[in-house]
Amino acid sequence: MSAPVRRGEPTLASVTDQVSAIVLQRPTGRIWLLAFALALAFTALLGAGISYLLAKGVGIWGVDMPVAWAFAIADYVWWIAIGMAGTFISAALYLARQEWRTSLNRYAEAMTVFAVSVSGIFPILHLGRPWFFYWLAPYPDRMGVWPQWRSSLLWDFFAIVAYLIVSILYFYVGLIPDLATLRDRARTRGKQVFYGLLALGWRGEARHWQRFETLSLLLAGLAVPLVFSVHSMVALDFSEALLPGWHSTIFPPFFVAGALFSGFAMVLVLGIPLRRFYGLGDFITERHLDNLAKMLLAAGLFVDYSYLSEIFTAFYGGDRYEIAMTMQRFTGAYAWVFWTTIACNVVAIQALWWARVRRHHGVLFALGIVVLVGMWFERFMLIASSLYRDFLPSSWGMFYPTLWDLAFLFGSIGLFFVLFLLFVRWLPLVSMYELRKLAHRHGGTAA
Amino acid sequence: MKASHGCLAQFASVPALLAAVKQLRLDGYTRLEAYTPFAVDGLAEALGPVRSRIPLLMLLGGLLGGFGTLALQYYAAVIDYPIDVGGRPDASWPAFIPAALEMTILFAALAGVAGMLAGNGLPRLNHPLFGSEHFDEASRDGLFVLLRADDPRYEFGRVLHDLARLDPLHVEQVPR
Repeated sequence: MSAPVRRGEPTLASVTDQVSAIVLQRPTGRIWLLAFALALAFTALLGAGISYLLAKGVGIWGVDMPVAWAFAIADYVWWIAIGMAGTFISAALYLARQEWRTSLNRYAEAMTVFAVSVSGIFPILHLGRPWFFYWLAPYPDRMGVWPQWRSSLLWDFFAIVAYLIVSILYFYVGLIPDLATLRDRARTRGKQVFYGLLALGWRGEARHWQRFETLSLLLAGLAVPLVFSVHSMVALDFSEALLPGWHSTIFPPFFVAGALFSGFAMVLVLGIPLRRFYGLGDFITERHLDNLAKMLLAAGLFVDYSYLSEIFTAFYGGDRYEIAMTMQRFTGAYAWVFWTTIACNVVAIQALWWARVRRHHGVLFALGIVVLVGMWFERFMLIASSLYRDFLPSSWGMFYPTLWDLAFLFGSIGLFFVLFLLFVRWLPLVSMYELRKLAHRHGGTAA
Repeated sequence: MKASHGCLAQFASVPALLAAVKQLRLDGYTRLEAYTPFAVDGLAEALGPVRSRIPLLMLLGGLLGGFGTLALQYYAAVIDYPIDVGGRPDASWPAFIPAALEMTILFAALAGVAGMLAGNGLPRLNHPLFGSEHFDEASRDGLFVLLRADDPRYEFGRVLHDLARLDPLHVEQVPR
């Protein structure tokens, strides 16, 4: 261990007091209220969009033949991908005994839960009749039919459901000891009851801790293959189809790399303001941001390699449709989307090779945003460039988004931030019991 | 005398807590509990033999989820409602794997969480320890040992004497 994981002389009491005070004592603050009002306004926009969509149908979006998938699926893939890095930071780095993750895992897990929840809205809404989405679940119905088990749409449904429930469980189990801390520190009756109910009566007995630790370890071990499988299922939605540009074996690993890439970007984008406004500089240190920036670069290089590999395979394979589709990406009607993707995801991130860039918080934050934008464009590029010119020239056609398309995209961002801001206000931002364990390990018997 | 849940002693450091637990075990106490604000390595073992059923439960949950989903798919696609898609086999196992894999992980996780809660006797709305004066500190930096009143060796005078030797910060009787 070179640089310290945490500055100063932490004790069990000081880390507990510092983190729990953010929830229990800190006043709400004008910036939080402003951000919350803004996020709520965008959520209202999403609510209006959903109501209108349920009344009118998916025709309110710009989708039509041949581009019948567009923003909704791009938004879905983008959101579920952002969730991936939260689980990865929390579970994979836990298994790898990377102590520095302790400061990040709580808000990264929260990010996962909220991003996956938001993502789940889109596949449901893009069904022609969203109110029948439960037909995807296997249950003995009066019609006597079953879902189509061989369809990647069904695999996706199972993957999202499993991922959402497991990430909620993982998040909640990790919160229990901290909720108990808040229960014991709370001074008003309302908060005592609220946190008391959520803490489920946790007391921290040694054998309870042992079961808890066993479960945490095993859940982490399950979560890692789960995230990889979930994003592979998302990729199979595409690669199970026969379209040029989609029908490719590279898709599952390519999507997993893209997911980690955008997720790390979101962890930076959320972490830098949290650190600034909530005085978490003692927990989220320079070293954390530096490590995250390096992971962002590494994941980005994987993504860039996949781009190259796709292009190479198209020409090396010699399939005329694959080649035509690839050339369309470079020079076709959506070429600007492709080049935006390249500018964000390939060119911009090279700045992260310089330590000076990794140390500059403003630049890191901006790069995080750039990557998020780039990854959204990449998803849209993958969808539109394969659909708008398929095998038959007579059925070629363009996609133009409507205002409702934009309302759903920005509305979903609003909903995510409503959830995240509530988390910031009501739950501990950093895992206190894990910080206590670290403080004990590094400070000897400080108690 | 008022009915008591046990005797709660707070210790200043982790080594002192571990030493106290070991000594009390040597003294013959069996209904012994230790409360700490984080997982202390070796403390559960010091309190007595530990056997965790969580790994087994999670394995069983996973097997149930995985094979259950495979069986459901086989029943649906082969027995109850077979659809001939271009002469492909009804039991198309490779296509059945994704859903089964996801349900394996989901059921294992559910079994694990249920096992942890049940094993720990949670959720629980109240507990005698919450009536203690100092116990709030157990979730901050307090390290406690509880000698439960249902221990065959429990007798208030003797317990006080046995605890006093171990240099606790303070000792308190917890009402039931």
